[in-house]
Amino acid sequence: MSTDTAAVTSAPAEQKRPGAIRRLWARPGARIALLGIVVVALAAFYLFYDVPGSLLFAAKIRGLTVLAMLVVATAVGASTVVFHTITQNRILTPSIMGFDAFYGLITTVMVFLFGASGFLSADSMTLWILQVAVMVAFSGLLFTWLFAGKRRSIHLMLLVGIVLGTFFRSFTEWMQRMLDPLDFQVVTDAMFASLTRPDPTLLAFTAVLVVAGCLVLVPLLAKLDVLTLGEPMAVGLGIDHRRLVMLLFLVVSVMVAASTALVGPILFFGLIVANLAYSYAGSFRHRWTLPSAVLLGMVCLLGGQIIIEQLLGWNGTLSTVIEFAGGLFFLYLVLRKGAR
Amino acid sequence: MIALTGATKRYNGTTVLDDVTVEFGDEGITSLIGPNGAGKSTLFGLVGRLIQPDSGSITVDGMDVASASSKDLARTIAVLRQDNTIASRLTVQDLVEFGRFPHSHGRLNQADRVKIDEAIAYLELEELRGRFLDELSGGQRQRAFIAMVVAQDTKYVLLDEPLNNLDLRHMTEMMKLIRRMADELEKKVVVVLHDINFAATYSDRIVAMREGRIVADAACDDIMRPHVLREVYSTEVDVRVIDGKPIALYYS
Repeated sequence: MSTDTAAVTSAPAEQKRPGAIRRLWARPGARIALLGIVVVALAAFYLFYDVPGSLLFAAKIRGLTVLAMLVVATAVGASTVVFHTITQNRILTPSIMGFDAFYGLITTVMVFLFGASGFLSADSMTLWILQVAVMVAFSGLLFTWLFAGKRRSIHLMLLVGIVLGTFFRSFTEWMQRMLDPLDFQVVTDAMFASLTRPDPTLLAFTAVLVVAGCLVLVPLLAKLDVLTLGEPMAVGLGIDHRRLVMLLFLVVSVMVAASTALVGPILFFGLIVANLAYSYAGSFRHRWTLPSAVLLGMVCLLGGQIIIEQLLGWNGTLSTVIEFAGGLFFLYLVLRKGAR
Repeated sequence: MIALTGATKRYNGTTVLDDVTVEFGDEGITSLIGPNGAGKSTLFGLVGRLIQPDSGSITVDGMDVASASSKDLARTIAVLRQDNTIASRLTVQDLVEFGRFPHSHGRLNQADRVKIDEAIAYLELEELRGRFLDELSGGQRQRAFIAMVVAQDTKYVLLDEPLNNLDLRHMTEMMKLIRRMADELEKKVVVVLHDINFAATYSDRIVAMREGRIVADAACDDIMRPHVLREVYSTEVDVRVIDGKPIALYYS
């Protein structure tokens, strides 16, 4: 999502400290622009710093990684913010609907049935389509059953999502226990999100789905703001709550499924960027919080990758660092909520 | 006119609203009274299309709430419920701006801004417009929500227990404000009240509910009688006339 969709509107009303910079800083647009500059700078650094051989070749390879990060940051950041608004709860991630669990289950079943060699030699395109289709179908079923029906309760739907997710995870673990060590290693490897060197075709397919999701979201930004008031007030203000929430759930599931199928389970990181975005954007309006979340996601992914590669000299494992940092941040969120 | 025809709502076999047929909208202020669980909030929920009736129909100015466009309804009727907790941090200004959403769909024009300023001025919230809702007192927050309803600029306004958690002074101010909204802005207000003396002092008509049915529907003087109130609330209520106004005594 680009930041230029964000038209200049009323700055936050409260302004205690004068001064040009402070006044500028009070405008969400300025904050997002600054974040955009940081992202561009980090991307340039990542692409062109410390290139051993051909600059063009390195930029091409690394460019794919940056694109994958952009797609993932957009999908995860946007879907987490939207999910928070729908559920009126800021410490959830869409993974509560069982996306990660389903990804693990599909991968394990594949290896279980066809062996490591079969899994590794399988057509990655077919695998991606299968995973996206199954994840979207599962969440679609869940919400048409529990939300579109007569009972229509978001909380019941989430609860069923948690229970089913736990069931899939246990089932996955049980199957993993019966794998031989080599197969198990392949599964474990697939369970860690990997952003480096994505398949260009899959990346393009994922990007198309994520861009489509964003195109659906942009005209709904004002309605998303109204949803923050809660269902009763949103209905009173003329929102067709059921239809809007169904559409948003669909967008969230497609974006999340596509990015999870591309890089692996990475939703936890959405929690961090969404909550950072709420405080950073300085406005509750989605036209600011959504791009903030996406750009902060880029900063986290790019920054993390640069630190790992250049400072620590490791390979890969960005998701491990993100999970670790995300866990700490989650604890901080919960404790701070409790203290208030 | 808000018209309910044979509206019935059941939850797991318990009938909370039983074949209610009633019309609101001729009088400036109609008070809805009755004990807890009488079905007052359910009735509001049906009119505000938060709950679907099991049978019967509800129309607002001829529009069936089950089929009419949600946008058209939002420009005709505003419903303010009892507890309005908002997850995000909003300022008073933000909240009142939301009142224009049915008209502007998120893009405020000059006319919308005028309405917002008018609503804020009407509720005397000018000095608080930049404050966050969680920094306001209960009375101020209630006024901010009413300002949103005023900005929504609808003919009908439904208020569910607007006096909840307010002290004596703020209760009186709130009722005077509602009276002014009815007289000056020509709104047709339906308000759920628990204090029958406030209902009798400020409203043009009182509708009393009990166990999902309407048990009395008349002008204030005809409701403020011991035998009527005894039947509505199942408790002894003494009514005395003080300075020409009937006052119910139910404190002992």
